[in-house]
Amino acid sequence: MTESLEEFLIARRGTGRPLLVPYVTAGVTPGWTDVVHAYAEAGADAVELGFPFSDPMLDGVTIQEASDRAIAAGTTVRGILEEVATLDVDVPLIAMTYSNLVVQRSTAEFCAALTASGLRGLIVPDSPLEEVGELADAAAAEGVDLVLLAAPSSSRARLREITERSRGFVYAVTRMGTTGERGEIPEEATRLGRELKGLTDRPVLFGFGVSSPAQAAELAGHADGVVVASTLMRKLLDGARPRELGEYVASIRRALD
Amino acid sequence: MGEMSWSGRQGVTVRAAARAMSDPGATGRFGTYGGRYVPESLIPACHEIEAAFREAWSDPEFRGRLDTLLTVYAGRPTPLTPAWRLSRELGITLFLKREDLAHTGSHKINNVIGQALLAQRMGKERMLAETGAGQHGVATATAAALLGLKATVFMGERDIERQELNVLRMNVLGAEVVPVTTGSRTLKDACNEAMRHWVSSVDDSYYCIGSVMGPHPYPWMVREFQRVIGEEARAQCAAELPVGVPDYVVACVGGGSNAAGTFAGFVDTTARLIGVEAEGGAAATFGRAGVLHGFRSLVLQDEHGQVTEAHSVAAGLDYPGIGPEHAQLRDGGRARYETVNDEEVVQALLCLARTEGILAALESSHAVAWVIRAAKSGEIAPGSTVMLTLSGRGDKDIASIKELL
Repeated sequence: MTESLEEFLIARRGTGRPLLVPYVTAGVTPGWTDVVHAYAEAGADAVELGFPFSDPMLDGVTIQEASDRAIAAGTTVRGILEEVATLDVDVPLIAMTYSNLVVQRSTAEFCAALTASGLRGLIVPDSPLEEVGELADAAAAEGVDLVLLAAPSSSRARLREITERSRGFVYAVTRMGTTGERGEIPEEATRLGRELKGLTDRPVLFGFGVSSPAQAAELAGHADGVVVASTLMRKLLDGARPRELGEYVASIRRALD
Repeated sequence: MGEMSWSGRQGVTVRAAARAMSDPGATGRFGTYGGRYVPESLIPACHEIEAAFREAWSDPEFRGRLDTLLTVYAGRPTPLTPAWRLSRELGITLFLKREDLAHTGSHKINNVIGQALLAQRMGKERMLAETGAGQHGVATATAAALLGLKATVFMGERDIERQELNVLRMNVLGAEVVPVTTGSRTLKDACNEAMRHWVSSVDDSYYCIGSVMGPHPYPWMVREFQRVIGEEARAQCAAELPVGVPDYVVACVGGGSNAAGTFAGFVDTTARLIGVEAEGGAAATFGRAGVLHGFRSLVLQDEHGQVTEAHSVAAGLDYPGIGPEHAQLRDGGRARYETVNDEEVVQALLCLARTEGILAALESSHAVAWVIRAAKSGEIAPGSTVMLTLSGRGDKDIASIKELL
């Protein structure tokens, strides 16, 4: 596969189905790579891999717990990349982590390591437009699509710049808050989705608080698809096996289709 | 470090420092440090606060109101007290800038009154704050009560146990104290939790950061609100000392707000600036460049980039980073950062209590400990003048001290 994350997602979108990107924290369990396979087989269009960080500022309790567990188990960026390099999945993999892990040596070295392991996308939630310049250049040079976040509080001018500079897709944050399961879809989410769709042809995916197949389906109607994270990690932390997580992703897939 | 090499550098560094500790501009950069590494959701709030602060800081009415409150409410100016007996014992002339005598018992009130006035000016109803030792939490609760705002304070569970008295004070003042049970359950985790809460309540809440850290404009804004320490001390030294400027200016550093405010008053003089960190939380000495809590600075972290827990006897110094401007001052050689261990700190606290009748906070006792060590070793030459910012009083630490004796 040599096409970029964005090319892949645009092609998938072209089949008429909403895009589905499930998440797993790398290293959260010894068999976490089985979860990646299960997601891919259940109809995921890409898989987001969380590289655990000790101070995940934008994550709620579930991802925090998953990150703490992974770090306690000795998970490192190098270890994750070695495991990822051995994976055989037919959808793109996207890394999600915080700035401190990205800048350890240099952003160029980090992006090169992602590419070498076969990762095609990167999300860094604490690297907004103001700070993203060097990282965006490094990612572009290494062929990694750097996905930028758009928030309900973003001004129209910022949304325009985000849609122009984001690669892969535009990550539309559904609410002002952290990641985590929520009951309702806020109105601001649908407004943000509409606005972003008006500004760009790049895929727009909703994330944060997508907590059920029905919610996923409803949100996907306002953009191109969804990222599903905390609800899957909650099940995993409560003991769900890769096969069960795959079945749940398949149920979201059915709801979306 | 030899006398000559230090003096030799002084001429260069003082000139470079003329630009130091000024306005970091729109990017909030102190050299390569600082910046605004926060989620997109918080960027508009950061811009809004920066704009409001720039406007307020150049508004004589705001400045007048702040000055009035600092005077008639917070008890400024705080005195510069000669440490008579300890000076004799150490063979130096030691002055103490008495922030322990400010209302609520520490320098934290200077910053908080400023930010509370700003929050009110911006129409916010609630102040959020993180706290370690509880001094910033108490100051925030106090300023909120003064201005009729609500206060929610995030505090690590471990710190709540260590600083029970300050938790009670916050409750009495009407603030809500939220225990933080994640991570090391200390200041770093309280910062994470305050940030997370801020994202979800940014419309009506103002995040009142307690040190020279966080995303732009906080490191700059907090230094400006604390600058009053250094400016007063400079004028007081000018009145007290034949040469007008002390040889050494010393302050403890956790995030580094009392040190930043103190240094700001002396950065363009020949005084040697010394920040004193806890050995178990010494980011300036043992940290590597990294990004934490919205800014780039020196951070204690393992080889894989995971932020490590800071450990010291003083809850207020248990922070794995330092303010970005301190990192810049260190790299440029304008300030030097030293470490002292818990044992030295407890001995320094007892020494100051028994020679001067001043019970200093464990945090502030770090600065005292370094001065005692350096004077005894001859690193501070006999006859030198030293201005030390005593950032807070030690009543809150009585229970901890009892255990350590």
